[in-house]
Amino acid sequence: MEANAQKAPARISSRTRSERKLAWMLCAPAVIAMLAVTAYPIGYAIVLSLQKLDLRFPELTEFIGLGNYGTVLSSELWWTDIFNTLFIMAISVAIELVLGMALALVMHRAIFGRGLVRTAVLIPYGIITVVAAFAWQFAFAPDTGFVNHLPLISEEMDWFGGRFSSFAVIILAEVWKTTPFMALLLLAGLVTIDSQLYEAARVDGASAWQRFTRITLPLMKPAILVALLFRTLDGFRIFDTIFIMTRGAQDTESVSILGYNQLISRLNLGLGSAVSVLIFFCVFIIAFIFVKGFGVKVDEGRAG
Amino acid sequence: MSEIVLDGVTKVFDDGYEAVKDMNLDIGDGEFMILVGPSGCGKSTALRMIAGLEDISSGELKIDDEVVNDRSPKDRDIAMVFQNYALYPHMTVRENMGFALKLAKVDKEEIDRKVSDAAATLDLTKHLDRRPANLSGGQRQRVAMGRAIVRDPKVFLMDEPLSNLDAKLRVQMRTEVARLQSDLKTTMVYVTHDQTEAMTLGDRVAVMRAGVLQQVGSPGDLYSRPRNLFVAGFIGSPAMNFMIGQIDGGKLKLPIGEVDAAGVAGAEHDGRVIVGIRPQNFEDATIVGEAKEERGIIFEADIDLLESLGSDLYAYFHVETEGIQSDQLADLVASRLEETGAAGLREGQEQVVARLEPTSEVRRGQKAQLWADTAKLHLFDAESGERLGE
Amino acid sequence: MERRDTRDYAVWSIAIALVLLFALIPVVWLLSISLKPPSEVTDGRFIPASFSLDNYKSLFEGGFSNSPFIKPLINSILIALITTVIAITLASFTAYAIARLEFPGKRLILAGALAIAMFPPISTVGPLFDMWRALGLYDTYPGLIIPYLTFSLPLAIYVLVAFFREIPWDLEEAAQVDGATPFQAFRKVILPLAAPGVFTAAILVFIFAWNDFVFSISLTSSDASRTVPAALAFFTGESSFTEPTGSIAAAAIVVTIPIIVFVLFFQRRIVAGLTAGAVKG
Repeated sequence: MEANAQKAPARISSRTRSERKLAWMLCAPAVIAMLAVTAYPIGYAIVLSLQKLDLRFPELTEFIGLGNYGTVLSSELWWTDIFNTLFIMAISVAIELVLGMALALVMHRAIFGRGLVRTAVLIPYGIITVVAAFAWQFAFAPDTGFVNHLPLISEEMDWFGGRFSSFAVIILAEVWKTTPFMALLLLAGLVTIDSQLYEAARVDGASAWQRFTRITLPLMKPAILVALLFRTLDGFRIFDTIFIMTRGAQDTESVSILGYNQLISRLNLGLGSAVSVLIFFCVFIIAFIFVKGFGVKVDEGRAG
Repeated sequence: MSEIVLDGVTKVFDDGYEAVKDMNLDIGDGEFMILVGPSGCGKSTALRMIAGLEDISSGELKIDDEVVNDRSPKDRDIAMVFQNYALYPHMTVRENMGFALKLAKVDKEEIDRKVSDAAATLDLTKHLDRRPANLSGGQRQRVAMGRAIVRDPKVFLMDEPLSNLDAKLRVQMRTEVARLQSDLKTTMVYVTHDQTEAMTLGDRVAVMRAGVLQQVGSPGDLYSRPRNLFVAGFIGSPAMNFMIGQIDGGKLKLPIGEVDAAGVAGAEHDGRVIVGIRPQNFEDATIVGEAKEERGIIFEADIDLLESLGSDLYAYFHVETEGIQSDQLADLVASRLEETGAAGLREGQEQVVARLEPTSEVRRGQKAQLWADTAKLHLFDAESGERLGE
Repeated sequence: MERRDTRDYAVWSIAIALVLLFALIPVVWLLSISLKPPSEVTDGRFIPASFSLDNYKSLFEGGFSNSPFIKPLINSILIALITTVIAITLASFTAYAIARLEFPGKRLILAGALAIAMFPPISTVGPLFDMWRALGLYDTYPGLIIPYLTFSLPLAIYVLVAFFREIPWDLEEAAQVDGATPFQAFRKVILPLAAPGVFTAAILVFIFAWNDFVFSISLTSSDASRTVPAALAFFTGESSFTEPTGSIAAAAIVVTIPIIVFVLFFQRRIVAGLTAGAVKG
């Protein structure tokens, strides 16, 4: 009995060990692929950001510590771009939440045409962001667009001539493209609510609005937070739509466009990398606020 | 011949939980062995160790005198029916049943023949080309059985195979399983939490509790001579009634009267014993014949509740007795409460169920004269819960 | 009661009509521009006054070597397909390990994958630009496929883990008892059952790679590997005085119609994939 008791853990761990080995072997390629283009480059970006490095003048390269960060953070352009990015992000995510919720409710309660609605909603998701941006740009362009021919809108309206009218079109394009994703995430939360709860609330005398605010919203809080987290971070990265519509003209540049301009257009790797690292930290802070502040829990580990 | 021997088999999970403790069990060739116990008692783990789906932490498992501890399931020549059937959803009934033979590279005609034979036995011929999703619960269950039968294995293992069926179908399939086993004469180990299933099906029944084998024996054995309080309380429906008795000067004093206890030995703990009496061993005193009256006691009881099932009449009453404390019974309390709903009792009372003839005139809320067959009393040690006497 | 039903139907019909309008306006609008004769592209009419296929013809004019569209289209298709195949293969291994095996580091991998899903691509563009030029990957297929892999793997892993978890454990055990080796159990039982999940993940990865713009304009410099979104941004008109609106619209329609058809056929799967594992409380 003694001997057996001693032997027992050894046998378990040998099986466990081989299971672990297999698991690690299976995971290794994907983990390496994921790290290769994230962890390493962000580390490399930090190194680059500490140097004065302009590919047009490579002979001037030198280590300048946090100098690039100083340059970026003291420039008015950076703070304008941060404002633009957060402004577009906040407004579009807010609209998406309301519209997405409405869409989710329509898809959930639809008495007919559910498949039709779901397909229609997926079209914006499937369409290339650049294509969507062109479509809306053409629609609002004073020469080609049909929007200025609509009633109540001035024929002379130059949408891309002003900062906030440009924002309006950019936000519209963003909302159009990403509301479906929001709606589907919310729908997934909606279907987990037991329909008997609504029946119970009805019997208890709750109105439709009360059922929505007292049952649907509280029970959907986790789903709403996850959807908001994903979309907020996605919104912060906005690039394609602005690039196509204004290229940052009329003070509509986002931080991602700023990074692109420094890195690729001006080939200023040092300054551009500082912008990249700062964007990375902004994203990190947003995620941190969601996870710690709102207690977003994202699915981890084996269920059950 | 295929005999299964468990010799000191123990299962300790990685987190330290001991699911099966030092289990010794010999299952004879062609025997229908039932492992029964409440959920979490280790019966399924024991079965999965026999199947090879779970490592054995210590001890030896032998099939046909060969130690198979380290053999993978595929090399043990066993077939298993899972609780949720585990039918491959992407295969037809025919493919499901023939899968094992195909893996074993049996030639196609042979597979066809065996599958058709099994399908005929189980009345599945019409459904051979359907997918599991298009079958009813009972049909799926039969496919799962068929998949085991075509293998013609050394051993059948069944893990609660009927628990997902509705009550009526379950009874029907129970007879089918019994018929199959007696036709095939293959060794079968069958796990269930349902004591009725255990009693009606098995050649022998092994009762488990908290990872420990409590008693192995024929259904009749377990019913008439339960080795301890747990087995006594678990086997039989409705469950056995328990009350505290006091042995004093050759007499056993019970809340319902006094019995001659000359034959009872080993009464320790100041003569306190736990006395069990099955509902079937009560009767309405006005119905009992005189001959029987002599070997029992007659007492008066306040009838709290009556349940008439047509063929039987269950009378619930209570007796004044000190609280019975036993781990073994505590395990059963949850399920017993469900069955009997022993609510509204004060401390110091135990509920008792008596099965009476349906012709009895006993009325709810009134006093009644009841008779108890004292020849059928079960006595247990008040501390250990072990059976006293023979 | 009768009346109530009719009213309900009316309300739902309006709701559905609004949703359809919302979803389809930009697509119909692009289609409309693309079908206008080049001279009428700027007439601002929602419905073309006359129809012509000239915009489409100009896309393919000059054949393989001179068309501004054919090479990017081929690049887009090949790059997205190769990304999909590799990503799904790697993600299947990982997802199987995560769903089925116990090992330390599992939570770390899932958390890391999630972090990468939220990672700002622009932050890696600079270093990649520099590294790719040093490694000779700048303006090549692998130069785009590698970052696409990185950013689509988290999505693929999450979707596949969710699907693998749905497959009942006991099927694998049943296969083992039936005499299958672990590999046979995986190939004959698990894989066929996971096929819908694999397919779903593949669609999502494809759409991701197909949609990318940031990497494509940053890491390519010519038609050698530039994909359609980036090529569209660099489209020029017939002459330097004309806007390429008509050709952009036509090109946009060409790359959008297949996606719409795809979505029509596989909407159920896409929905399942997009929401898999996202919401668990």
